Amino acid sequence: MDAEIITPSGEIPTTQVIPTTRVTPTTDEALAGLDALESTARARTSVGRRALTAAWPRLLALVIAVGAWQVLVWSGWKPEFLLPGPRTVGRALTDLVGDLDFWRALATTLRRALAGFGLALVIGGLLGILVSASSVLRRAIGSLITGLQTMPSIAWFPLAILLFQLTETAILFVVVLGAAPSIANGVISGVDNIPPILTKVSDVLGARGIRRYRTIIIPAALPSIIGGLKQGWAFAWRSLVAGELLVILADRPSLGARLQFAREFSDAPGLLALMIVFLVIGLFVDAAFGAVDRRVRRRHGLA
Amino acid sequence: MRSASPPLTQPAVAIRGLTHRYGSQVVIDGLDLDVGSGEFVCLVGASGCGKTTLLHLIAELETPSAGVIGRSAGRTAVMFQENGLFPWLTASRNVELALEFSGVTSRRQRRTRARELLEVVRLGNALHKRPHELSGGMRQRVALARALAQEAELLLMDEPFGALDAMTRDLLHDELERVCAERELSVLFVTHNVREAARLGDRIVLLGSRPGRVIETFDVSIPRPRRIDSTEIATLAAHITDQLRQEVIRHGR
Repeated sequence: MDAEIITPSGEIPTTQVIPTTRVTPTTDEALAGLDALESTARARTSVGRRALTAAWPRLLALVIAVGAWQVLVWSGWKPEFLLPGPRTVGRALTDLVGDLDFWRALATTLRRALAGFGLALVIGGLLGILVSASSVLRRAIGSLITGLQTMPSIAWFPLAILLFQLTETAILFVVVLGAAPSIANGVISGVDNIPPILTKVSDVLGARGIRRYRTIIIPAALPSIIGGLKQGWAFAWRSLVAGELLVILADRPSLGARLQFAREFSDAPGLLALMIVFLVIGLFVDAAFGAVDRRVRRRHGLA
Repeated sequence: MRSASPPLTQPAVAIRGLTHRYGSQVVIDGLDLDVGSGEFVCLVGASGCGKTTLLHLIAELETPSAGVIGRSAGRTAVMFQENGLFPWLTASRNVELALEFSGVTSRRQRRTRARELLEVVRLGNALHKRPHELSGGMRQRVALARALAQEAELLLMDEPFGALDAMTRDLLHDELERVCAERELSVLFVTHNVREAARLGDRIVLLGSRPGRVIETFDVSIPRPRRIDSTEIATLAAHITDQLRQEVIRHGR
């Protein structure tokens, strides 16, 4: 090609001839081409591979932690009947899993946690929606909600016991008080952070009232709401275990009560085994929230 | 093909003596403007001419301080520079939601209608994609389909193609022109791009700045189909740009 353009004298021509017939592709063809060029295919890694990449650092950390624990026991820092080694605790854990009473206690604790969290979800969710919708309400109790969130929930127990005696209600009261402010705050900040363009569009579309909340506001605030729920759960779970140490009901075994008994009977292996149970439950719930969170963020195009 | 002069039928919008203030600052001062039925009107102006405020007032997102905005019976749809698509919904669901708010109660009907509308903007194969999986131009087409879902007679557009690259913008001009002609929509199209206005408008209204008011109106008699790179458009655009500069210079003195 180049050779044809260069003239015999070796000069490069300064002007090129513009073709008289123009090739004009149709709009449709051009659009289809652009769409194809600009659509990106997302690379997907297999589930197995992802699980493996996620698992090995955790396994390694676990091995190191258990190893350090064993070393601490071997060092003789505390006598073994106070600080038993991993193997003794492992045996206690096996015993625990074979014990029907343990499962009954676990059921009680989980039922309380779910009831408290569920109620906190309803109360905190409604409160959050009301406060985010009304500027008067926000000025009135907005900072109070944040204040409540920082209050150590165990500080509520003396009052709860005065009000409701040693009952399920006392525990429920504190669990709800622990979790609801976080959930409400999650809703409020989620609604506050909705991009203005989306609220403008919902005005234009004529979205009003409950339907506006159901179809636009709540879904738009969902990533932040999930954050609030996660934090609310953490507070609920902590309040619950603290409450179960204090409010021990006869013929109603719970994990907290068992933990308290283990201390009273100096059953160190049993005590540590129960603590591992708490840890595992916490990890499971956290993983569940993490999965929901990732799913929502992907839907929203945030991840 | 549309006629270049405003039709004599009842206008889609008739604005008389519109004034709007933010505090003591007058943003729009005694503005008169008509958009005829089926007419494509482009608003151009430099910064501070109150273009966006004007659209907000017509869309009833804000209430004017004084003046009258008369509308014919039909509904009004708005498109913004940011697409404003709901990121958690697929293209189809975004359109379906607009249909739901327009009063289409049957779920199946909404789905069929959404598919049709997305096919109108050539997105029949992207129904189930979420906004973040689409290019900027595709998103604006979904937004256009959503605006069409409102069954509006008047379409207000606030620099809808401002954030797009030139090639995509040219193609969307073709698309918008075709869709508006097919549906006999009345359009008020705000832009700071004078060539874009000359490419699209039946009429171009030049707004002055601080406060916003109509300086001049140009009837565009260039026959369609138009090309943005044609000489006629370049000539008209140059003429309007000169006027616009005069207006800007006036404020520097």
